[in-house]
Amino acid sequence: MRVNGKEVSLDNNQSLMQFLVANQFDVATLAVARNGEIVPKANYDTVILCEADSLEVVRFVGGG
Amino acid sequence: MADQLIIGGHRFTSRFILGSGKFSLEIVEAVVENGGAEMVTLALRRANLGGEENILDYIPKQITLLPNTSGARTAEEAVKIARLAREINCGNFIKVEVIRDSKYLFPDNYETIKATEILAGEGFIVMPYMYPDLNVARDLVSAGAAAVMPLASPIGSNKGLSTRDFIEILVNEITVPIIVDAGIGRPSQACEAMEMGVDAIMCNTAVATAKNVPLMARAFGQAIESGRNAYLAGLGRVLTEAGEASSPLTGFLED
Repeated sequence: MRVNGKEVSLDNNQSLMQFLVANQFDVATLAVARNGEIVPKANYDTVILCEADSLEVVRFVGGG
Repeated sequence: MADQLIIGGHRFTSRFILGSGKFSLEIVEAVVENGGAEMVTLALRRANLGGEENILDYIPKQITLLPNTSGARTAEEAVKIARLAREINCGNFIKVEVIRDSKYLFPDNYETIKATEILAGEGFIVMPYMYPDLNVARDLVSAGAAAVMPLASPIGSNKGLSTRDFIEILVNEITVPIIVDAGIGRPSQACEAMEMGVDAIMCNTAVATAKNVPLMARAFGQAIESGRNAYLAGLGRVLTEAGEASSPLTGFLED
C-alpha cells in the first residue's frame, strides 16, 4: 500500500484506524484521502485497507 | 459597542491575522500572545509516519484557525485541500491561495474565483488571497467570499505596500472586509494600511524574520491597533501649499 507516496507494509484486514494507530499517527489532528477520496473520520474503523490502496495522510503545519 | 472585525458572522477584536510559517513550534504561542492575534493561518501537508509534534498543540485553544490552500495550482487542487482541511474539524474558515507562478508567488485570480464559488457553496467561510484587481474583487464577492485578501507585495519579501493605490481603490469600492496579506515588512506599513481603511492585516515573514520574534509580534499588534484608531479618529487635512502656525502669530513678548 502506498502512503504519502511511499510503499508501506499492511497487515491483512487492517482498518484505516488500526493502521493509523499502529503507525503512531495522531488521528484527531489529521485527515486522510484514500484513492483520491476523502475518508470521513466516522468511517475510519470500517474502511478496510488493501494493498492496492494509495493514502494521503495530512496534518496542519505552519503556514502563512 | 467595541469596534470589531466581522468575517462570515464571526467577531474579532484583533485585526491582526498571524501566519504561522517559519517559526519553531516552541515560539508559536509566544508570538500569538504578544501579537494579540485571534486568528492564525496554517498550511496542510503530508504527515510523517511515526509520532511527530503537532502545531495545534502550540496554538492557544481559543484561537480561530484559518487553514490555507497553499500548494494548490488550480481551483480543483484548492478545493481538495480545503475539504481535507475541514476534515480535521477545526472550523469552516479557509484561505484560498492558488499560485502557479513560482518566482513571485502571485495568486491566480481566476482560479481563485472558481475555488471561492465552489467552497462558498459548500458552507466554507472563504477568504481568498488575491492580486488587487477591482473587477476580480467584485467577482470574488459575487462568488461568496467573506472577505478579500489583496497582496501588498510578493509573499515573504518584506517589501511593503507596493500595491498601495490599488488597495485604496478596493477600500473605496468593496463592501466585504479587506485584509492586506503578503509582503508587509514593517509595523509602520501595517499601520499605514490600517490608516487607509483596510480592515485587517495578515503578516508572517515580517515577524518570523525579525531579530526578536515575540517583540516584533507585539510591535505589529500595536501598529495595527494604532492605524485602526487613526482611521476611526479621522486623519487631519494636509496642506500642500503652505504651513499653518499652531499658535497665533501675535502677542509676542517684545514688539
